[in-house]
Amino acid sequence: MKVLIQQKKLYAIFIAVLMLLTSVLLSMNAVAEDQDGIPEFFVPPPPFSEGIFPCSQCHADMEVNKKRRKLFYHTNIKFTHAAKQRWCLDCHNPDDRDVLRLASGKLVSFEESYYLCGQCHGTIFRDWKAGVHGKRTGMWNGKKEYRLCVQCHNPHQPRFKPLKPLPPPIKPADIKYSKPTDEIPENPLNTVFPLKTISRSKNAK
Amino acid sequence: MPNKIKGNSISKSISRRGFLKGAALGLASTAIPFGTADASVWDAFLQKHFREMNEDEIQTVIKRLEKEYDKKFDTKFNIKTTKAMPGTLFGYGLDLSRCIGCRRCVYACVRENNQSRDPQIHWITVLRFKKGEKWIDLEESEKYYYPGAVPEEGYFYMPVQCQQCENPPCVRVCPTKATWKEPDGIVVVDYNWCIGCRYCMAACPYGARHFNWAKPRIRKEELNPETHYLGNRPRYAGVVEKCTFCVQRTRAGRYPACVEICPVGARKFGNLLDPKSEIRYCIENKRVFRLKEDLNTYPKFYYFFAT
Repeated sequence: MKVLIQQKKLYAIFIAVLMLLTSVLLSMNAVAEDQDGIPEFFVPPPPFSEGIFPCSQCHADMEVNKKRRKLFYHTNIKFTHAAKQRWCLDCHNPDDRDVLRLASGKLVSFEESYYLCGQCHGTIFRDWKAGVHGKRTGMWNGKKEYRLCVQCHNPHQPRFKPLKPLPPPIKPADIKYSKPTDEIPENPLNTVFPLKTISRSKNAK
Repeated sequence: MPNKIKGNSISKSISRRGFLKGAALGLASTAIPFGTADASVWDAFLQKHFREMNEDEIQTVIKRLEKEYDKKFDTKFNIKTTKAMPGTLFGYGLDLSRCIGCRRCVYACVRENNQSRDPQIHWITVLRFKKGEKWIDLEESEKYYYPGAVPEEGYFYMPVQCQQCENPPCVRVCPTKATWKEPDGIVVVDYNWCIGCRYCMAACPYGARHFNWAKPRIRKEELNPETHYLGNRPRYAGVVEKCTFCVQRTRAGRYPACVEICPVGARKFGNLLDPKSEIRYCIENKRVFRLKEDLNTYPKFYYFFAT
């Protein structure tokens, strides 16, 4: 009888240890997912065309058609992102259009679209997490503002769009003597990023 | 004959009395007015070296300068004197494989750092190179390119600014010690101590220092009133100025203005002493070089290729 109780006790301890182990393992897994190399950051929302999201507002009642075809809606999309190999529903989730789908079948939201891009562009994803690929603003020693891949790259035509450069510096030959009353040239940056008008003059004098 | 010489206008004699009168008037006109309302001229003239002043003396100078700027620009300036954070050594990374040469950084720097618009001063110069064998021949670079759109096929771009050398030749040649390296690695200029000899400009191998040939002119609405004594406060005619990694921003934890404006994210900034910083990741994982490394200037500005 005593032996039996002891055995039961052992069994209970064994189960407890097992449960503890699994919970530890699970939590470790959770931590790993949390860290995942992606530090705490803030990303602005994805740049949807106006009125296009949520996709389910139209797609909810539509039948899923995986065939490659000429679209009669979404005509503004020119798909040049390895178009031969892929079509819409390889990234967009067929069953619920408001989310994206990874190759593994895992669903990710549009706010986490970097997981989708990272499937193919692994080295770029690694650099982006480290803060080397892509633009970073905020604090160099604190909270950083990241950007989603799609904030700079149109997912359907990912090549970075060329920009008009700002004017070159004045050549020494073109320097002219100017009087203090001459108009001061404006910073050409104002044409691209308008100057925030802060009332700086001290009215209370 | 002697009569002819006498008639020459050069030999016209000046009386002793007349000479003395003239000399006295001339001297009086060059003298600094004292005893009058402009006592601050004397204060500025007798100001001590920035690093020899104690906190009170610095505050007195700041008050005087803020008053001076207020009068000059009709704008309330805030001049900070934030010291270097302990345990920081600033480093900069620039991804040459990403830069498209759009010059946004040049003018964001101008907006942030109160450079003179006329005569024009830029702290950043973007050089364009033809892709090819002799790709880093600085003599072959183009500074005045202006196409309709960038990047152009067959070219790449390299912005150059102060490299914040660990062994800065500009500091060594300054006869008045008006420029020095701060503990966080930034090379700064005290515009009130600079005599404008431009030795530092001759010593700098990167062309990173710029001289105010005339009184700097900026539109009033474009002035940035958030300044640092060693950084972007308004300058005078006849002093040298340079990039300070935006000391007024970076000592407050923010990124420099050029980093924040870059549309392709080619510019990286961080603390070289922090192993987890972006700049350390670049140095450890990317192909890195420093400009004119052979001159032993030890720049803290790293060009790299992320691809």
